Amino acid sequence: MMRILIFVLGLCMVLVYQFSSRDKKQHAFTLCATCPPGFELTNDNRCVLRNLYQQYESGTGDDTGVGGLKTALTSARDGFTPQQIDLGRYLFFDPVLSKDGSVSCATCHNPEKGFSDGLKTSVGIGQKKLKRGAPSLWNVAFLKKFFWDARATSLEQQMEGPLYAENEMGTTRELLLQLLNQIPAYQNLFDQAFPARESGSIELAEIYTAIAAFESSLISLNSRYDQYAHGYHKALNHYEIEGLNIFRSFVARCAECHTPPLFTNQQLAVIGVSEPDGGPLDPGAEKTYHDETLRAAFKVPSLRNVARTAPYTHAGRFDTMREMVEFYTKGRGHEVPLDERLRIHWHIGKPQLSQYEMDRLVDFLKTLTDESFMPRIPEKLPSGIEIPQVASVQISSRIQKP
Amino acid sequence: MKSAKRMMILLFTLAIGILVGKYLLGRSSRVPAPVPTYFDQSVTSEDSIGIGAGTITGRIIAVRKGQSIQDAVGKANSGDLIRIYPGVYNETVYIDKDNISIQGVIENGEWPTLDGQKTMNDAILYSGSGTLVENMKITNYKGNGIMGQAGNNYVIRNNWIIDAGVYGIFPQFGKNGLVERNILTGIADAAIYIGMCDNVDVRFNEVYGNVAGIEIENSRHALVEYNYTHDNTGGILAFLTQGLPIKTCYDVIIRNNYVYNNNHDNFGAEGSAVSHIPKGTGILIMAADDVTLENNIVSGNDNAGITITDYAFAGVDNANDPESEPNSDRIVLLDNFMENNGNNPVDDVKALMITKLSRQGPDIIAVGGGVGSCIANPGRYRTFGVDNFASCQVRETRRIISYMLERPVAPRAIALSEKGKMTYFGVCSGCHAYSTRLVGPPVVTIQALYKNNPRGIVDYITRPIHKRDDYPEMPPQDYLTDDTRQAVGEYMLTITR
Repeated sequence: MMRILIFVLGLCMVLVYQFSSRDKKQHAFTLCATCPPGFELTNDNRCVLRNLYQQYESGTGDDTGVGGLKTALTSARDGFTPQQIDLGRYLFFDPVLSKDGSVSCATCHNPEKGFSDGLKTSVGIGQKKLKRGAPSLWNVAFLKKFFWDARATSLEQQMEGPLYAENEMGTTRELLLQLLNQIPAYQNLFDQAFPARESGSIELAEIYTAIAAFESSLISLNSRYDQYAHGYHKALNHYEIEGLNIFRSFVARCAECHTPPLFTNQQLAVIGVSEPDGGPLDPGAEKTYHDETLRAAFKVPSLRNVARTAPYTHAGRFDTMREMVEFYTKGRGHEVPLDERLRIHWHIGKPQLSQYEMDRLVDFLKTLTDESFMPRIPEKLPSGIEIPQVASVQISSRIQKP
Repeated sequence: MKSAKRMMILLFTLAIGILVGKYLLGRSSRVPAPVPTYFDQSVTSEDSIGIGAGTITGRIIAVRKGQSIQDAVGKANSGDLIRIYPGVYNETVYIDKDNISIQGVIENGEWPTLDGQKTMNDAILYSGSGTLVENMKITNYKGNGIMGQAGNNYVIRNNWIIDAGVYGIFPQFGKNGLVERNILTGIADAAIYIGMCDNVDVRFNEVYGNVAGIEIENSRHALVEYNYTHDNTGGILAFLTQGLPIKTCYDVIIRNNYVYNNNHDNFGAEGSAVSHIPKGTGILIMAADDVTLENNIVSGNDNAGITITDYAFAGVDNANDPESEPNSDRIVLLDNFMENNGNNPVDDVKALMITKLSRQGPDIIAVGGGVGSCIANPGRYRTFGVDNFASCQVRETRRIISYMLERPVAPRAIALSEKGKMTYFGVCSGCHAYSTRLVGPPVVTIQALYKNNPRGIVDYITRPIHKRDDYPEMPPQDYLTDDTRQAVGEYMLTITR
């Protein structure tokens, strides 16, 4: 309680300061009128996704977005305005969205760590350790289900989870609206992003739209793998191509669930991995669907930028890609607790991959890295809160290495 | 008059064919006819019309004993034919290009053989459309014999596949295909597995000694015809499997097949769908819809001739999929020749048959949910669970000659300007915004530099020279194809915001 008080007090001081220096600060925040990389600005001021996969058809003619190298992606969330996307960027990095001003979306979805956080399981307000790891946000525009246990079906629905979970960002709908509406800079930004709005005050739906708009702009489709897929076969070296062939072969069967071009088939799967610290088994999607056959089922994650998002699995069971790969060759259900009867996915077998093959798989996985569309971290936040220790992303990492 | 004209065209085509044939084959009469001739024949036998695979427009690349097939694929361009001469080839061949044909040449009964020596994963992997694989002997692989991922317009025929792992022939995510005249045995799952495909004909194949002979799974518009499936655990299957991204399996015609003595012990891998198939299964339909069975000869299958089931009875222990409808609906059982089935049914089936006062297993058994199914002349067979089937209104499926498409699935037609746009926004816009500086110079600056000179842009991005100290060096974009670079060069000069 004390902490909230201090936070609110602090915020008020910031506001008073802002107000008093209003003339000077008037031009501090203007939303970007152009689309982020990867999007074309249309005549009606919307950002529409454009990429080379739009040259192709989707595998079987509908919107499945699964197949081989030259398969169209599934439909994406796009069509937001540049201003909404840019407002979402400020909100995403702003800890004002949490109860005590200590946690922003970027705390757990840190652009420096592949929009994940490098932790086995994430840490919420008050340094509270959470049960699951933060998934990467790259390419979330293409996802149809959210959370490890698939309990949300839209980005808007998803963000209500961490925002209002007591141990994550811990805010409430009331507090969030109250705080944002107190900040003139945000009022002004919401007016820019939603010019047709009738109400003078910021609304939840607008906050959600803006954050969803920003998250949907995180596109990663220019990896060396993509260059290979589009026909430039020199993009991968001999070892990496060997890895690709192991990846898609029916011995390892990786591609059966991590299906290109998104490297997920967006289904649920029980792989039977144990909890890292011997804790109780996470029921996963069993809870979402009230279906015991889905016990310990989790969403198949995309492998794009996988080299940037260790540790792996829903609770960071493995620190390296090599260990993760090795899990799959140690035999069906070898980590399942004795008192559990899980419906292990039929593609999990005992492929008996050699050390050499596992190394090649890791070689291949590293070719899925692309952060050329990295967004800029705001230098200043409309709330006036300092961005905690987010070093600026080096410009060199934005340049595509062929 | 009309027929005279057609005759003329036919003769003309034939003459051209002979000329081309002579040109191609002039120096070696031992070489069998090139692929297009097959398609000339096909005009009369209705083979492969509309597939497009095997239409050779490029070179013929010969691969002989001691050489590598993959090297040839590496050199091949779209439209090329790779002709493989007898010999043993120990390799995995992957084809990530369109319109590549692999054709084995069989000489004096000697086949070109891909041998994985039980150490290699797959014999042939393809992702390109218009892939043809024919006349190859494939053996001793651990994964698949021939596996396709997303290639459309595929033809896989006349291959001889022995003990090649999990699946023998496995096109996945492909539209418009033909799998015919292959012989497969010793496969630990399905010998021919059509997975998540559309519009495919599977015909004239012989499959024996496998766990499953032919499996149509989560596919739409499949014709399974004139196959000889014998001595497998299960002969022919139509499945909708849960948890896959394609959620339907329908429009499957299984007709004129010989389904004999599928009583092999089940040697499927633990956890696989087929590992639950009882030996003695002739035809098995699980959760698939709109499946028609007609004129099959189903005989000597010891559990049951035809089984129609949902997941529950089949004993499948996968996690549920809320999006997969679990019942077999609208199954159409037309006349089939059935005899001598059910001599040694599994206990579950035996228990059911006792309620019908029979100790012998059924010709036809239907269990679990499902609506809209029908049967013609049910009195001819020993049945269980078809009492609520209607009498079929349809009499035959003759009007469906093929489920292949009339013409090949065309690649998406993309205007060059569209391609330029996709490339600029999809790739270049990461560093070059319209009027603001990101990493490289803004588009307006580039437009000023290269006014009316798209080629200048193309040349620069192909081999950039570091010109300005205030900007980082640009990496070459030579991985983009020539026409893509040209398209994006032109497009960049037209951008106005």
